Amino acid sequence: MSAEVPEATSVKEQKEMEDKVTSPEKAEEAKLKASYPHLGQKPGGSDFLRKRLQKGQKYFDSGNYNMAKAKMKNKQLPTATPDKTEVTGDHIPTPQDLPQRKPSLLLASLLVD
Amino acid sequence: TADIISTVEFNYSGDLLATGDKGGRVVIFQREQENKIRPHSRGEYNVYSTFQSHEPEFDYLKSLEIEEKINKIRWLPQQNAAHFLLSTNDKTIKLWKISERDKRAEGYNLKDEDGRLRDPFRITALRVPILKPMDLMVEASPRRIFANAHTYHINSISVNSDHETYLSADDLRINLWHLEITDRSFNIVDIKPANMEELTEVITAAEFHPHQCNVLVYSSSKGTIRLCDMRSSALCDRHSKFFEEPEDPSSRSFFSEIISSISDVKFSHSGRYMMTRDYLSVKVWDLNMESRPVETHQVHEYLRSKLCSLYENDCIFDKFECCWNGSDSAVMTGSYNNFFRMFDRSTRRDVTLEASRESSKPRASLKPRKVCAGGKRKKDEISVDSLDFNKKILHTAWHPVDNVIAVAATNNLYIFQDKAN
Repeated sequence: MSAEVPEATSVKEQKEMEDKVTSPEKAEEAKLKASYPHLGQKPGGSDFLRKRLQKGQKYFDSGNYNMAKAKMKNKQLPTATPDKTEVTGDHIPTPQDLPQRKPSLLLASLLVD
Repeated sequence: TADIISTVEFNYSGDLLATGDKGGRVVIFQREQENKIRPHSRGEYNVYSTFQSHEPEFDYLKSLEIEEKINKIRWLPQQNAAHFLLSTNDKTIKLWKISERDKRAEGYNLKDEDGRLRDPFRITALRVPILKPMDLMVEASPRRIFANAHTYHINSISVNSDHETYLSADDLRINLWHLEITDRSFNIVDIKPANMEELTEVITAAEFHPHQCNVLVYSSSKGTIRLCDMRSSALCDRHSKFFEEPEDPSSRSFFSEIISSISDVKFSHSGRYMMTRDYLSVKVWDLNMESRPVETHQVHEYLRSKLCSLYENDCIFDKFECCWNGSDSAVMTGSYNNFFRMFDRSTRRDVTLEASRESSKPRASLKPRKVCAGGKRKKDEISVDSLDFNKKILHTAWHPVDNVIAVAATNNLYIFQDKAN
């Protein structure tokens, strides 16, 4: 009995290896799993959502925004903002500053609810 | 980046071509009529009207920005001299009226020619204003605003063949509107689970049948299409037909579901077929057969061995559209490197063409392109590794009658015509 088990496993491993050789898709999957060992089995589930979450939803503070708008009214700012990607620190972001969001990927909008 | 074209659509006659962009603007092109003075200009599309359809907004309650990017434009069939179209961003649909003004009234009683009000006591005689010709002016005005009906991002709008209603679809719901009524819409499909953690698929596209006003289809991120009949019940959660291609379980990988996600669904003009676009292929389905598509056309199969890097750079989530030609004999879809593909369904021939300034001079024929998947690269072939994945053609449109196509390459619009025209 126990002698059969190691044989069964090695047949399965061999099939997997064959799959990687014959199927380019499985080879790509192996590559991905090598880079991200904790990648879940079901891409439609929470792992997927988490990756979309990391796409950086910009949160908007209406108080800061209105104060920045008021400040802008007082001094004429040049039309070209210095560095559009740098929205940190003392800089209060306004709609023009925010980097263009990527098109709404699959489940990104679902966190809204 | 506000110039990036996000949607392209011909109107029913093909005389007008509308584009929407990331900055919320709509640009409409009009086809030149036959002209004896400039015979070569017949068939050229020139700018007819430009207007700002949507502005960036902020959802104060949820602290989120709402992009002004135009996701879709759909024309209404023309009923009078004016043209109407629906344009939508993630949250709000607008009905725009585009009308021409080529006459101006002169000789008003109460105001001067420059618009200043006249002193009523100085008016001693009445005159009838006269209509005088003026330079053509094209005006766009918003006639209806359909807002606050979508919690999630709108991905599709589709005008019904009854010309009175239309649908709008987001990730989880489809709503039915009447074109005259903005304060109410009916929810006809709702796939939101009671517990969001049970969510497994989302709606990716939806369209009304071109002739049967009670029929609509919607596609999902799992590669399935559901056909619904609005006569069967008010809420179409239960489909009438379910289209899915069987999958070989042994070939399943991490990428299987992602690349099976349908990014676009389009009925044929005949209404007999529908076409779906997933990441690597275009499939044609016979509405009478749910078990599998009748045709599968490979768009860029060579990308199957690049899925790992395409997942890492997010390209695997790119949403390509597809379209039929007027006679349903050919279909077209975009790819990377500014390539687009056309498939002739009758001859079973396909061609890869490129939309770029370097590769095409005005009035010159397009040269077919070939991608070398591996092995020895022939002269004029491009290897998969040299493809530019930032140059994606997501949006294409085909004239409803003639062999004229519009291809959007990032922020450039290309219009190609058959020599026979």
